[in-house]
Amino acid sequence: RIRMYATGKYSSRGPALIPRMKTKHRIYYITLFSVVLLGLIATGMFQFWPHSIESAADWSLDKRSVHDAPLVRLPVSSPIPERGDLGCRMHTCFDVYRCGYNPKNRIKVYIYPLQKFVDELGVPISSTGLSREYNDLLSAISDSDFYTDDVTRACLFIPSIDVLNQNSLRIRETAQALAMLPRWDKGMNHLLFNMLPGGPPDYNTALDVPRDRALLAGGGFSTWTYRQGYDVSIPVYSPLSADVELPERQPGPRRYFILSSQTAIHREYRAELERLKEENGEALLLLDKCSNLSQGAAAARKRCYKGQVYDYPQILQESSFCVVLRGARLGQAALSDVLQAGCVPVILADSYILPFSEVLDWKRASVVIPEEKLSEMYTILKSIPHRQVEEMQRQARWFWEAYFSSMKAIGVTTLQIINDRIYPYAARTYEQWNNPPVVKWSSVNSPLFLPLIPPRAPGFTAVVLTYDRVESLFRVITEISKVPSLAKLLVVWNNQNKSPPEESLWPKIGVPLKVVRTKENKLSNRFFPYDEIETEAVLAIDDDIIMLTSDELQFGYEVWREFPDRLVGYPGRLHLWDHEMGKWKYESEWTNEVSMVLTGAAFYHKYFNYLYTYKMPGDIKNWVDAHMNCEDIAMNFLVANITGKAPIKVTPRKKFKCPECTAIDGLSLDQTHMVERSECINKFASVFGTMPLKVVEHRADPVLYKDDFPEKLKSFPNIGSL
Amino acid sequence: MQARKKYVLLGLCACCWLVLFYWGGGVQLRLLRLLTRHRGEVVRPWPNWTDRAFLPRYAHLDELQTDPGTAESPRQRRQAWSAIYKDSRCRMETCFDFTRCRRRGREGFRVYIYPSEKNDRVSESYRKILTSIGESRYYTSDPREACLFVLGIDTLDRDQLSGQFVPNVDERIRGYPLWNDGRNHLIFNLYSGTWPNYTEDLGFNIGQAILAKASLNTEHFRPGFDVSIPLFSKDHPQKGGERGWLVRNTIPPRRKYLLMFKGKRYLTGIGSDTRNALHHIHNGKDIVSLTTCRHGKDWEKHKDLVLSGSLSPEESLDSFICATCVQAACIPVLLSNGWELPFSDVIQWNQAVIEGDERLLLQVPSTVRAVGNERVLALRQRTQMLWEAYFSSVDKIVLTTLEIIKDRVFSHISRNKYMWNSLPGGLLVLPEYSTHLAHFPFYYLGLGVSPGQEFTAVIHAVSPLVSQSQPIMKLLQVVSKSKYCSQVSKTDFHRPDNIYRFLPHVAIETEAVLSLDEDTVLLTSEVNFAFLVWRSFPERIVGYPPRSHFWDPLKRAWGYTSKWTNDYSIVLTGAAFYHRYYHYLFSHYLPQSLRTLVDRTSNCEDILMNFLVSAVTHLPPIKVAQRKQYKELPSPQGTKSVPWANPEHFNQRQECVNTFANWFGYMPLVHSQFRLDPVLFKDQVSVLRKKYKDLEKA
Repeated sequence: RIRMYATGKYSSRGPALIPRMKTKHRIYYITLFSVVLLGLIATGMFQFWPHSIESAADWSLDKRSVHDAPLVRLPVSSPIPERGDLGCRMHTCFDVYRCGYNPKNRIKVYIYPLQKFVDELGVPISSTGLSREYNDLLSAISDSDFYTDDVTRACLFIPSIDVLNQNSLRIRETAQALAMLPRWDKGMNHLLFNMLPGGPPDYNTALDVPRDRALLAGGGFSTWTYRQGYDVSIPVYSPLSADVELPERQPGPRRYFILSSQTAIHREYRAELERLKEENGEALLLLDKCSNLSQGAAAARKRCYKGQVYDYPQILQESSFCVVLRGARLGQAALSDVLQAGCVPVILADSYILPFSEVLDWKRASVVIPEEKLSEMYTILKSIPHRQVEEMQRQARWFWEAYFSSMKAIGVTTLQIINDRIYPYAARTYEQWNNPPVVKWSSVNSPLFLPLIPPRAPGFTAVVLTYDRVESLFRVITEISKVPSLAKLLVVWNNQNKSPPEESLWPKIGVPLKVVRTKENKLSNRFFPYDEIETEAVLAIDDDIIMLTSDELQFGYEVWREFPDRLVGYPGRLHLWDHEMGKWKYESEWTNEVSMVLTGAAFYHKYFNYLYTYKMPGDIKNWVDAHMNCEDIAMNFLVANITGKAPIKVTPRKKFKCPECTAIDGLSLDQTHMVERSECINKFASVFGTMPLKVVEHRADPVLYKDDFPEKLKSFPNIGSL
Repeated sequence: MQARKKYVLLGLCACCWLVLFYWGGGVQLRLLRLLTRHRGEVVRPWPNWTDRAFLPRYAHLDELQTDPGTAESPRQRRQAWSAIYKDSRCRMETCFDFTRCRRRGREGFRVYIYPSEKNDRVSESYRKILTSIGESRYYTSDPREACLFVLGIDTLDRDQLSGQFVPNVDERIRGYPLWNDGRNHLIFNLYSGTWPNYTEDLGFNIGQAILAKASLNTEHFRPGFDVSIPLFSKDHPQKGGERGWLVRNTIPPRRKYLLMFKGKRYLTGIGSDTRNALHHIHNGKDIVSLTTCRHGKDWEKHKDLVLSGSLSPEESLDSFICATCVQAACIPVLLSNGWELPFSDVIQWNQAVIEGDERLLLQVPSTVRAVGNERVLALRQRTQMLWEAYFSSVDKIVLTTLEIIKDRVFSHISRNKYMWNSLPGGLLVLPEYSTHLAHFPFYYLGLGVSPGQEFTAVIHAVSPLVSQSQPIMKLLQVVSKSKYCSQVSKTDFHRPDNIYRFLPHVAIETEAVLSLDEDTVLLTSEVNFAFLVWRSFPERIVGYPPRSHFWDPLKRAWGYTSKWTNDYSIVLTGAAFYHRYYHYLFSHYLPQSLRTLVDRTSNCEDILMNFLVSAVTHLPPIKVAQRKQYKELPSPQGTKSVPWANPEHFNQRQECVNTFANWFGYMPLVHSQFRLDPVLFKDQVSVLRKKYKDLEKA
């Protein structure tokens, strides 16, 4: 309210200024102002005019044509790099000092400007020059975070010489051109992209251009040419994927079981496939080129079987499995088409290093069968469970979308893989590489995943949040101090206006008692990871929970030891979907289900204090502090979201506060309070983007609870007493 | 007046601006550029060519689709390959004879051990390796059905200066009729070469044999063919093995020392430079480098130190210390350029260790300090997981080696990386059961799916069906009334072999199995409740009647009790839910000897199942609420003697517990102190509110 008043005052002063100014002055100042303005414009013209040509050239790089690239003539005698060394590894052939330590853990990549290399006779080194795909790749990289235009800071260099297709290259001259690059330095830290290696008749599986120590991102490596941990195996890009849009199809059984759509299959294999078809009939579809269509773009989009014409690649979507056989080369563009169609590739190419196999788990998206076993293909594929086939279909499509779909995807993935090698401690995880977004969203990786039952001995630390109810607080302290496994008691004094009572007034207990005074009266102080908490287990308890017996608390601790990654608490609550209102509702009635436990009395791992304080998503933490409510619901959301598990309610239902209070939980029964808590649930669910809470119908009791057995022989006899 | 002053000032400012413009134009220009740049108009260094749309394709569609093809027949090519790619260029395709492993799955993968000759000295470690293979389910004594051969000659230590060195290996193996230039042979080795450079030379020609070797150099490693194994000492346990030393996930996860190195310091030889350089990062406070100058075995003294360091750098030849380090849950910081990590084929090491480059040693402290608490916590748990799954005993090391090779041979029935790298580890996941993750009880959370909504009841019937009043009829009714029950199947083999109850019946289509004895007395609501509990704990056994084991210090043996106790470690499978995968594991993972024991005594199959599941999960089973104590009602037949009343029966069970613990190499059973009841169980609330009111009736 004070602020509003102030603004009113300031604005009231504004209009008074103008009438005070005299007309004489006004003319004077207007003249002065226009002179200044004119001067400015004049200088502007003067200053910018001569530069504008230059700067326009600077900014209109976009207006340049590939043909404007400067020409470089290669002398016949110019040096040729050595053939690649098969023993190269990152630690022998890669200069890691160039990458250095950097807080972002990201390598810097430099792209050489485009040049046109010709030999002494003026014949270019490549028949195609810069290809559309390589141009796409380079511009994607230059748009990415990896790019730097500062050659001195670069860790990786990418030549602008297009070597994607070896067939269009003059090997010797290309090698000479590489060696001419200003920073070549024996190919150190240079990366070449090649998709079609080798040439007739023997088709080498790696680029034949001598390239010193340069890294090769190649499509079609065999295990003998691939330098594990140095080279990167990339897919052979299929230009069809840019032209044809195949919408994603729901995974499931398809019209055909196995489809073979490649056109140049060796006749031995074709004979083998024909035989399989004879045995299994309609389940197999063997397509070949259409004899009536001449070569060309149209022919590439059609396939035929006995005169029947099918559209390619659309037909791939009609099959569960698609055969990808090796040809003269190991890498086949068909793999990309097959993945795009969400068809599970059956790869028959011995010794082939699958694309990005360093990080992708191909066993989850494809079936690799040794060429020898082609005849057993049908039986092998039939033995795969339906559900797995569906998962593989989904996975195949996801691999295509993320890593195959464009030259950009291929380029950036390659750089990311190299980046992961250089900064292994910041590398992307298996899940990040392999899980499709749906799975990433729904799966959980509990931070405390190891099945550990922590030892009993360290005990737990009780954290009591209090404001000023000293009498009740002392009662709570006295009660808790009777629990055998209590290691320490921490009182969080949340009242800034009042000092905690003098030391002599506190109850005398057998364990260390510490008082922490907070700076602000905030509910989140309860979940702060205080250094004073030295145990794994934390018991959060309100200063009015006096009815819990020592047996109940000790039992709660024992149960927590068996579930160290969950909230283990006493009063349970439930969330419900209100169909009428179309939103979530908070329920504290006596129900058969539980999805939350109140942190007014609950055990949990100290790790969750860290998460609550530093990793709480969105503005939940501030929201809780502002409303002075729902910190327990927030904690339940947090733990359930990260572990995917329900909390554990322990011991029977009872009154937790003073027995004379008629309400179950005093404050909790208040109607507005309940409404607010329902709001909390809706708010948190929207921040988390999902409802992480899990509903269960069980609670934990001692093994012999209420059993017909002598009470004095039970470990926890005093449970559930009112 | 005041206003005028103001405007004069303004005029002056304008003049200054003008002057600045005339004399310092460059500054503004730069300023302007900076502004435009910051406003998102990113400088595009790779030009956006005007004619980019007219650029040629890198290859014509024809060229891509119509592979030129070679005249050479694939069959010929494959034969030619085996001639070219051998010895140091061996791969499974060229140096391994797959036809020897023709039959599918386990049956096809058989390992044969050459008998060792009388005067052979076999070291303790190698004896353990041979024992592990001999006791594994892949062992065969018939070389004709073998797919893989293991030498009887000790090849572990090939250091000529060592006392365990076996000479003349070359001549001897050449004499073996099955040697076949090493094809399908597996050779274990821990030490090779000799001081000072420790080459990879084994002192004999291994030919086409697969090498399972510790501290393999990447240069000599034949990817996809050799297996890198961890170095282990002769004291490494045969079975079971110690659990990891991580018992608590303390927060913050830092320990007293941030980084420590413990090892020998050589004056010359491999890694000596790095070891010497390590001294430079020693600061005496939180980064400690302990080195000895002698060859000594006094590192045991520093066990506590290993424990206290939270991260420790490792080096190539010291994979033994690495193993210790992994066990102690300190995170290895690997500075070993060119070392192939153990089982690198399947283990994703970057999720468990911090890899550094030896060349960047001085960066290590800052790298390590930059590792967040969360990551330290995760890395530490993962090292423990790997230790327990693959390194803690000779058995595990050897079996992992065999399984890796088997996965290669039957590549389409093999584990994926996820199975190898998540709990409970690859050895306990049998791909012959399924290669689909969702078919196993362990991966629900990781995949973001929940267990199925239905169960199959399997009733183990021994007595012939004669009347409608038999308890089994009542049971059938009760179970089939449950809304979650998809089918009831009866195992009536008319033979009391208890083993049959855990056969992996094809008939079971649901993930959950409710195993029942024919005389079990249950209520439908009890079944429903237990099933819902099982869905929360799909990897455990969820059942009703509990039992317990204990250590008897007088007899120095394990004891078994059926008395009412405050804790339990077994729930009887006479009435219990568990995942169908355990059926498969029971019949295919456990050795024939244990199953024969169960068969012979027609007892203990439930204890064995509990052992198995607890060994897999490291967790206790779960007991759920039950109306009254199981099997306490007098049997309707009355006169028929019940086997569990028999003291002989009880003694047998006691023995079983000890035999099983022996086979597992440790006691896998874990105690639990709670049972799970319905939320309002026996609470003072109106019965009408309670969903499982039947459970409370006396």
